[in-house]
Amino acid sequence: MNHIDFSLVDWSRAQFALTACYHWLFVPLTLGLSFIIAFMETIYVKTGNEEWKRLTKFWMTVFGINFAIGIATGLILEFEFGTNWSNYSWFVGDIFGAPLAIEGIMAFFLETTFIAVMFFGWNKVGKKFHLLSTWLVAIGSNLSALWILVANGWMQLPGGMKFNPDTARNEMVNFWQVLFSPVAINKFLHTVSSGYVLASLFVIGVSAWFLLKKRDMIYAKRSIIVAASFGLLASVFIMLTGDGSARAVAHHQPMKFAAMENLYVGQQNAPLAAFGILKADPSAPGHKKMDFRYLVEIPDVLSYMAFLNPNAYVPGIYDLVHGNPAHGIPSYNERIAKGLTAINSLAAYKRARLAGKDSLAAASLTTFEANYSNFGYGYYANRDVHELIPSIATSFYSFRIMVFLGLHFFALLLVVLILTVKNKIETKKIILYTALWTIPLAYIASMLGWIVAEVGRQPWVIQDILPTIAAVSQLKASSVQLTFWVFALFFTALLIAEIGIMLKQINKGFNA
Amino acid sequence: MFESLSLLSLQEYWWLIVSLLGALLVFLMFVQGGQTLIYSLGKTEEERTLLVNLLGRKWELTFTTLVTFGGAFFASFPLFYSTSFGGAYWVWMAILIAFVIQAVSYEYRKKPGNFLGQKTFEIFLVLNGLLGTLLLGTAVATFFTGSAFSVNKMNLLDLTSGNMPIISEWKGPAHGLEAALNPINLSLGLAVFFLARVLAILYFMNRVNHAVIMERLKKQLLHNAVPFLVFFLVFAGWLLFSNGFAVDPKTGIVSMEPYKYLHNLLALPVVAILFVLGVAAVLLGIIRSAFCFEKCHTKGIWLSGTGTVLTVWSLLLLAGYNHTAYYPSTYDLQSSLTIENSSSSHYTLTAMSYVSLLVPFVLAYIWYVWRAMDKKKISTEELKSESHVY
Ligand code: HEM
Repeated sequence: MNHIDFSLVDWSRAQFALTACYHWLFVPLTLGLSFIIAFMETIYVKTGNEEWKRLTKFWMTVFGINFAIGIATGLILEFEFGTNWSNYSWFVGDIFGAPLAIEGIMAFFLETTFIAVMFFGWNKVGKKFHLLSTWLVAIGSNLSALWILVANGWMQLPGGMKFNPDTARNEMVNFWQVLFSPVAINKFLHTVSSGYVLASLFVIGVSAWFLLKKRDMIYAKRSIIVAASFGLLASVFIMLTGDGSARAVAHHQPMKFAAMENLYVGQQNAPLAAFGILKADPSAPGHKKMDFRYLVEIPDVLSYMAFLNPNAYVPGIYDLVHGNPAHGIPSYNERIAKGLTAINSLAAYKRARLAGKDSLAAASLTTFEANYSNFGYGYYANRDVHELIPSIATSFYSFRIMVFLGLHFFALLLVVLILTVKNKIETKKIILYTALWTIPLAYIASMLGWIVAEVGRQPWVIQDILPTIAAVSQLKASSVQLTFWVFALFFTALLIAEIGIMLKQINKGFNA
Repeated sequence: MFESLSLLSLQEYWWLIVSLLGALLVFLMFVQGGQTLIYSLGKTEEERTLLVNLLGRKWELTFTTLVTFGGAFFASFPLFYSTSFGGAYWVWMAILIAFVIQAVSYEYRKKPGNFLGQKTFEIFLVLNGLLGTLLLGTAVATFFTGSAFSVNKMNLLDLTSGNMPIISEWKGPAHGLEAALNPINLSLGLAVFFLARVLAILYFMNRVNHAVIMERLKKQLLHNAVPFLVFFLVFAGWLLFSNGFAVDPKTGIVSMEPYKYLHNLLALPVVAILFVLGVAAVLLGIIRSAFCFEKCHTKGIWLSGTGTVLTVWSLLLLAGYNHTAYYPSTYDLQSSLTIENSSSSHYTLTAMSYVSLLVPFVLAYIWYVWRAMDKKKISTEELKSESHVY
């Protein structure tokens, strides 16, 4: 059995999680605010009203402060695939590298070139060209989200590729299958709409603060109108795409789905745990089993949500680990055996090729290909199968809180829009305070979304094909630990600076 | 169109593109060079702000080129990404952190509410300028001098030896920092550093409308051009006379060949011409700006900038073309990376080649916007009338 440096693996994961979370603190606002600014500037250009220009410029300044730190944190993520996940970079680089490169060529240059016009071009280029630039920034930033989410979607549902035994890696055979994978599409739509909702709630919350302070009332109300209309639409969309995502997870990542629901034993007519509090089941330590301390269920809904059929069978954690022949589910031990066969027959193929034994090579290759879909499980030979279960409590709570917050956002956006249209919003203190305090909630919901998506798929970097323990770079755990703390320190300092600057800038108001 | 190309042609095409992106990056690092000069060129707060703002309109272009260079390298030669980034960990981490601190510095430097203080962000800019150029130059030099690492794809299938199943392994504990001890690597690093400063000076000459700063620029030009030339000549001289890492086209076996890079230069006349033209243009841009200042100083950046792109491009082509290992391993010659053994598949390179057709459009709009935004030189007075100032 080979030695796995778990401390290295865990620090590498921690570093990726840390840097990704920091990056994601800034991205959603960029995604949504860029469009909100573009809407405002469009109104300015259409009406010629200078107040709309001032409004545009105010939010543009906020955008700039957030954008800078978004870039700073994003750079690390791109290169971390190489620095900390070097095996991964080779094993799937043939597929994964392309979206990153396309992102740079198609999206980043668009964003950065026209951002310069957006900020510095007011007196240098014509109104129309300036407006076009603002739109191109919005389109550029959302395009970059598309490509990186395609890459992430592919990790969750690898397709469009074939393993090449001679180069020992996966190679792309169908670009369109990578791009239009159902997971990727859903993920893109859900994620960008979460950015739109977050940015709308941000704009509304800040504007609510102005209304509470009775400052710049006209500007604040105009901001709210734009943001609430946009946000309300996006929040409907978030629910639709979230529902689509959940179905995709149920189909392609049943363990993630079972963990999100804490469904231990699979069943037909599975109920949805609308609300629940978990407690660890001490009877089998190491099995990660959780019981419900408290539970509100809605009958049949989980089966319906997952498979659009209230009678459908939804597998539980136990079935996935131990297998359920009645439903055609192999156990993890069977999958591990197949994975091991895949790994060993690939090695046999390689040796036979070197020795010039062509028929042995061909036979080994056939065995390999028949078992490749379980390749990653082979790395768990002689290990505890329960290592393959993700953290259930994290998945379960994160998912629920995200969804509840989604409902709250929808309701709030609706109320705010109606009140603003009726010109009553400034009198409703409670709503204004709620709007203000919903800003952090928006960040929480959006961060929890990624936690659901990423924690739930552990330990897979590429679903079923490559686990984290076989994806890392050969480094000392202490080296990664050091860079982890360097990033933690730097990013936290920059975050504090960012928040300070943002608050001061907002406080200056729209007429500064 | 690209489908019918052979794998080797696609690999060569992508090496051409990656090298071009690298060359554009070195040119655009005038931003970094300029950041190291803000204190010697700007003696007052106002002057420094003017300089910072001039750089601030271009820094994102450099940054994006770096990111795209990384992405394109990953997509086309993933084994490099995996071996070099994961191996020379400390060098790349230092470079990345140097760029992280740059990314916020322009925007946050003078904004109220920033608890780190203006000075901190200026130091960040200087550090980014220094480390970014020096370390990138040093890292690129290892394309010729080599590093100690091994690559063994069978490791992936090894479940019994007691090692991690990892393909690439760096030898030695310094994880890349050892490269900075090699004088040849260091001379390229320093050459890039001083070149970036020279280019920054030429860029400022093209953009500032400020008599005092202009005087300082004139003085600084030669102070930086001479060390650049010295370090560049050391490196170029070494390159022409050194052994190189040759690949046998039939067997793929890597061996040392005397005068390999000189041979490459002779075997690739177009590259040789690029190289000579490039070096000549860099020098001419400097000389004209120094000695025919009145008439020529605004054009230096274009001449020396183009020269930089051509020179770096040709150097990188020398490293990868004509059966040469572009990322050689001194620990195990057969682990060396070549454009053939480290590239993506035919399918991916083809798909990416279609994407590369966008590059001319990208360059065109960048150029268009640059022209539209930089019609007039900038003085401290004009800066005050701007709505977005760093
Ligand atoms: C209202 C109902 C919602 C549902 C049913 C829902 C459903 C989901 C599901 C199933 C995932 C995991 C997808 C995967 O693992 O591949 C997910 C991820 C995510 N969610 Fe939600 N979500 C909802 C609301 C929200 C809200 C309000 C936000 C933030 C404002 C949000 C932000 C995210 C993000 C950022 C991700 C990670 C990216 C992704 O995997 O798509 N979601 N959501």
